[in-house]
Amino acid sequence: MLAYVLKRTGAAIATLVAASIVIFIFIHLIPGDPIYVMLGDEATPEQVEALRIRLGYDQPIYVQYFYWAGNVLRGDLGTSIFFQEPVTLIIRDGAETSLLLATVTMVWIVALGVPVGVLAAIRQGTWIDQGLSGIAMLLASIPTFWVGLYLILIFAANLGWLPSSGYPSIFEEGGLSNLRYLLLPSLTLAAPNAALILRLTRASMLDVAKEDYVRTARSKGIRPYRVVLRHILRNALLAVVSAFGFTFAALISEAVVTETVFALPGIGRMVVQSILRRDYPVIQGVILVIVCLYLVINLLVDISYRYLDPRVDLE
Amino acid sequence: MLKVRNLVVAAGSPSAELDIVSDVSFEIKRGEVLGLVGESGSGKSITSLAVMGLLPHPHIWVRSGAIELDGADITEEPPHLRVERGHGGVSMIFQEPMTSLNPVLRIGEQIEEAVRVHDGSTGETARIRARELLEMVRIPDARLQLNAYPHELSGGMRQRVMIAIALACRPQVLIADEPTTALDVTVQMQVLSLIRELCDAFDMGVLFITHDLGVVSELADRVAVMYGGKLAETGPVADLFRNPLHPYTGGLMGCVPDPGAGHRRFRTIPGQAPKPGEVPQGCKFAPRCDHVQPVCRSGAIPAVAAGPAHAAYCHHPLSRELT
Amino acid sequence: MTTKLRSFLSVFAARPVALLGLVYLVTIVTVALGADVIAPYAPEAIEPINRLSPPSWGHLFGTDHFGRDTFSRVLHGSRLALLIGVGVVSFALATGVPIGIVSALFPRLGRVLMRMVDVMMAFPSLLLALGLIVILGQSVANAILAIGVIYLTTTARITYGVTLRLREETYVEAARSMGASTVWMIRRHILPNMISPLLVQASFVFAFAQLGAASLDFLGLGAPPEIPSWGNMLAESRIYITRAPWLLFYPGLMIVLTAFSLNLVGDVLRDRLDPRFREMLSNRQRR
Repeated sequence: MLAYVLKRTGAAIATLVAASIVIFIFIHLIPGDPIYVMLGDEATPEQVEALRIRLGYDQPIYVQYFYWAGNVLRGDLGTSIFFQEPVTLIIRDGAETSLLLATVTMVWIVALGVPVGVLAAIRQGTWIDQGLSGIAMLLASIPTFWVGLYLILIFAANLGWLPSSGYPSIFEEGGLSNLRYLLLPSLTLAAPNAALILRLTRASMLDVAKEDYVRTARSKGIRPYRVVLRHILRNALLAVVSAFGFTFAALISEAVVTETVFALPGIGRMVVQSILRRDYPVIQGVILVIVCLYLVINLLVDISYRYLDPRVDLE
Repeated sequence: MLKVRNLVVAAGSPSAELDIVSDVSFEIKRGEVLGLVGESGSGKSITSLAVMGLLPHPHIWVRSGAIELDGADITEEPPHLRVERGHGGVSMIFQEPMTSLNPVLRIGEQIEEAVRVHDGSTGETARIRARELLEMVRIPDARLQLNAYPHELSGGMRQRVMIAIALACRPQVLIADEPTTALDVTVQMQVLSLIRELCDAFDMGVLFITHDLGVVSELADRVAVMYGGKLAETGPVADLFRNPLHPYTGGLMGCVPDPGAGHRRFRTIPGQAPKPGEVPQGCKFAPRCDHVQPVCRSGAIPAVAAGPAHAAYCHHPLSRELT
Repeated sequence: MTTKLRSFLSVFAARPVALLGLVYLVTIVTVALGADVIAPYAPEAIEPINRLSPPSWGHLFGTDHFGRDTFSRVLHGSRLALLIGVGVVSFALATGVPIGIVSALFPRLGRVLMRMVDVMMAFPSLLLALGLIVILGQSVANAILAIGVIYLTTTARITYGVTLRLREETYVEAARSMGASTVWMIRRHILPNMISPLLVQASFVFAFAQLGAASLDFLGLGAPPEIPSWGNMLAESRIYITRAPWLLFYPGLMIVLTAFSLNLVGDVLRDRLDPRFREMLSNRQRR
């Protein structure tokens, strides 16, 4: 088991290093000198040169990379050009919103996608199944921001039940009731992904139902619902669990749009704004953190998968 | 005890149905092994699933006929309803021991599950019973193996576990669907003798399905030969081997009396088994039969008897020792 | 060919909803081609007195904040939608398929290439696209490229998997042992068998390209704002959602219908796909 974890962790670190190089090169491919962005158009050549040397931009690119990577390892992601604040601080400010949003969304996805997928599979071929599968495909075809805008229109603007935008921290006034700010965003973000999990759960259930061991279970005289829960669902979920990692990656990506629609102070909106402001240190840092998060989640999913499926050799 | 009468199994949809098993009747008594023999596609596995109550609805269903166990009608009754209604048990072991056990549950859990349903016992009692069952099927270190996962066992051991699960259901009839086909030759014999022993020890009826007449001659008391979804011949194992009536039975034995040459020689049956839907009129074996006559190609096929329990459906049986 | 076409259509006949999807797609192509003739107004024609007017006989879908006819703009928007779809699919196939085939046929190189694909997949897809647009600049072509790169990875993965399967299969082995050249093997055995899985993949990519492009437009980094794309229309009308909610309805509906139809068609095609490949094309499409 330990050997497996070490091997997978090693692979994840290798991917992270490769990704960090890609990010670094990306940022340096961007046309336009970031120095001018920082200093504005009126900067004198002397000022530009001084800043270039101060930031180490006069060094060869691989030296710059190691310099940056070394700082990253020490927990220094650089300083935001726009805010003149450490990038780590900016990420920390957005982390609560983004992580809470992702968590609440994940809860929706699991709570809606899996049971409804099971229902569709049990009623395979009936109008219930066709209806649910059709709805799932429809939800996967809707742009999230469009749904979000109409949810705001209906539940915030017209009915006034829920706030339309923003998110005050749960550690500030209002406490946990501030979570209501995340209700609409999380539903918006959950819809297409829950649809995906629904379809996967259904397909996986139907695959497992064809297995010989399910016939064995039936032949024992176990009641049908127990056959479904203990023998079909349990095995079907193995495939679904491995999809959670991919889903989480999709969440991070789509949260960029959702956070913009609902004006949530999260990492996603921050990265879009930084892109528009050409605030390179922030873009670099945030993307690195997100990639890192993605790799960690996938690693955890892989390891838990090995725990769930005894067939997999843990050595 | 187990009576199957004029069983007809249809497949497809009610608007476009197709009989894949037609007019099959047989009986199994306590302590008796009936060998059900046929090529793949002969309908023997579908027949056994029908007896088990596990036909894959709605694609395949019993169209007519009856299956009775100790007088109770168990046609189209799935196993959990048989338990609920107190009807006698039919258990089944399958061809593929590799895929017939749930890969994520321990052996013990899978046996106890059956024990709980059929004995109503729980917890430690169920666990003890599971261990006893494993000992009964001669699995060494039974207590340890309860905690094993299926992939940790060999094919032969898994098939023994399958038998233990089947026994946990306290069956009157055990169906074994080619249980040794996927196993090594040495293991095959062990599993066969285990089945025979358990049949005698528990006074169970066994429906043993195979395409291998050699296995049948070792194990069975009586034989039923199926071809194209119908019975071709039934009889006590000794009679049938000594005096096969149906040319198909003769062909299966790989050894057909050649009337012209006056000696016996080995040969195979030419052609292929018919697919459902393209079965010929009259005798289904006619296209492949050496003894085919125009009369075989249409109409009903008469039953010929060569003894009180030995009969075949054929116009021109191989043997003339009819009674 | 006609029998092939007939069997293709018979599949849809069995699934009426999917047939509707197919009909919709044919319609949208016609609309895109004939937008100049069908649309009652020029997409950029301004009518300042008629700003934000609700749907009426004169303006079926109402007018926007410049008094432009939403109906005409929606019709013209179908052009960009198809352009983006065709462009993204072409890019993904043109890059992903060679990478996948080469990786499967030359394992040593393949390990490196697939590792690179893994690294790319570790990037959140939309951020990857946004990053590319920042580097390349904002234009339709760059939007196609940026979204295409996302599906380069999935297409390469699928092609890789399918090629590995095909390579293992006996007839390809046989061709190989008889001394067939690699190029011959690709042409005769691998590409013909790859058409169906890639067709399924193409329809899903086409669908998700619509959503991706809409997201980029919405964030202001997609098609330049003067182009009447559905996404741009949504982005521009966003602030009028309470005053003129119909403005957002029709462009959004077009995106949904287009993506939904493509997903339906892709789903039907996948259902009749060889089961060996079906699993590879399941639910990991959306990234």
